[in-house]
Amino acid sequence: MNTADNQQQEQQASAGFSPFGWLLGMCQRIGATLLGFLAAVGRLATFAAQGIYHCFTPPFYPRLLWRQVVDIGYYSLPVVGMTALFTGMVLALQSYTGFSRFSAEGAVATVVVLSVTRELAPVLAGLMVAGRIGASIAAEIGTMRVTEQIDALTTLSTNPFKYLIAPRLIAGTLMLPLLVLIADVIGVYGGYIVGVYKLEFVSENYIHRTWEFLTADDVVSGLWKAAAFGFIVTLMGCYHGFNSQRGAQGVGAATTNAVVSASILILIANYFLTQLFFAGK
Amino acid sequence: MTQTAKKLELRDVRKSFGANHVLRGVNISVEKGKSLVVIGGSGTGKSVMIKSVLGIVSPDSGSILVDGQETTGLRGKERDALMRKFGMLFQGGALFDSLQIWENVAFGLIQGKGVSRKDAYDVAIEKLRAVGLPSRVAKLLPAELSGGMQKRVGLARAIATNPEIIFFDEPTTGLDPIMADVINDLIIETSKGLGATALSITHDMHSARKIADDIAMIYKGEIIWHGKAADIDHSGNPYVEQFIKGSAEGPIKMEI
Repeated sequence: MNTADNQQQEQQASAGFSPFGWLLGMCQRIGATLLGFLAAVGRLATFAAQGIYHCFTPPFYPRLLWRQVVDIGYYSLPVVGMTALFTGMVLALQSYTGFSRFSAEGAVATVVVLSVTRELAPVLAGLMVAGRIGASIAAEIGTMRVTEQIDALTTLSTNPFKYLIAPRLIAGTLMLPLLVLIADVIGVYGGYIVGVYKLEFVSENYIHRTWEFLTADDVVSGLWKAAAFGFIVTLMGCYHGFNSQRGAQGVGAATTNAVVSASILILIANYFLTQLFFAGK
Repeated sequence: MTQTAKKLELRDVRKSFGANHVLRGVNISVEKGKSLVVIGGSGTGKSVMIKSVLGIVSPDSGSILVDGQETTGLRGKERDALMRKFGMLFQGGALFDSLQIWENVAFGLIQGKGVSRKDAYDVAIEKLRAVGLPSRVAKLLPAELSGGMQKRVGLARAIATNPEIIFFDEPTTGLDPIMADVINDLIIETSKGLGATALSITHDMHSARKIADDIAMIYKGEIIWHGKAADIDHSGNPYVEQFIKGSAEGPIKMEI
């Protein structure tokens, strides 16, 4: 190829690049991403609506619901309890260190109880359950999808939404508030242990300070949050498992997506729920 | 062949996944009580065809008739009533891992027909015996059985509700030749015993010859040959000839 040919090619290449074309390509990419996002939101919303509908229409499967209640509620208790205990303990230590700088050590018990009931117990329990239950639901339903067990349900006159999805959604939404209620008690007790045995608060004073500013709203709002987080965790596990792609890699990706999306949605939902419960108070 | 003799009929059934046109107008029918085997290579649309009939996949267009009645678009109770006519043996068995063997076999009876667990257990034991499995396997989990035994359990589950039409998806895939022949014999026995119509898909020619009354070949989403099983060796169709010989040379080119 001679030099004249090279020059001609360079001229053509430079003539091919136009700022307008680049801008158009950019807009197309943004549009495609936005459309993809909206389609995904639409698919998830449809799935959630179907799931909720089948929670309230017969046939019901009490035996399966009980199995999920035990799995989500009872077997999550150790991990949620440990999380709450150490969170309460750390919170007491941290707030004591901070508040002692301006002689407000007396507020430690109040800070512990309000933080645990309003925020830390529901959010941390939600995240821990997302890791334990969200992953297990996605892996189980994803495996059922790739081994054609979900198709088999359909051929055996059984609606997979009623048999697989509804019991998990119901159990998740009902069990997480119960777990959080227990986590509240354990978390506050963790703060009490550190407060009384390490920071040398008088036991009666610590308990008095714990009750003094606590209202029913603080606990109830945490339980509503927990119900929402339980629904999110089970919904994301079911959704990603149900739509799992073929093969072990597909199930692995479904499991990861279930945990990551549930965790992010919990944090986002937490902000909006907090604003809903406490804005203006 | 008259309209009423057709138990199952597909008319111009089409299905695409994006730009991938999997079924390009499938036309096929099965007479009542007969066994039709659809042969074809991987990715030719066999599984999508069978899933379209079962309602697991919705066809884009075309008709699927069971006993002369249109079934595409059926929902709710009508779909449930239709599904009760069907039994299905899946390629991998698709047994529910968390349920015992007898619960797997009796699943359609308990969930689909509302039979009590006690009565369903008795039927499950009877169906397990029909496929050559002893009652002691009833309380085991699927993971505790060999591949061949799982296939037998899948077959027992497919026939447990005495279906009118049984679908077999690659019934002998993954089995040794002797076990494959045992499964073929069981398919014939159980289908004929129930007087059921059978639609199978396979690429195992030995199995196809044994269990079929009629054989059809699907290629690139279309039925390219349909005839009696006895005529398969002189079909005059180069695609069929290449497939039954298992030859790399011929009109079917593998996309590598």
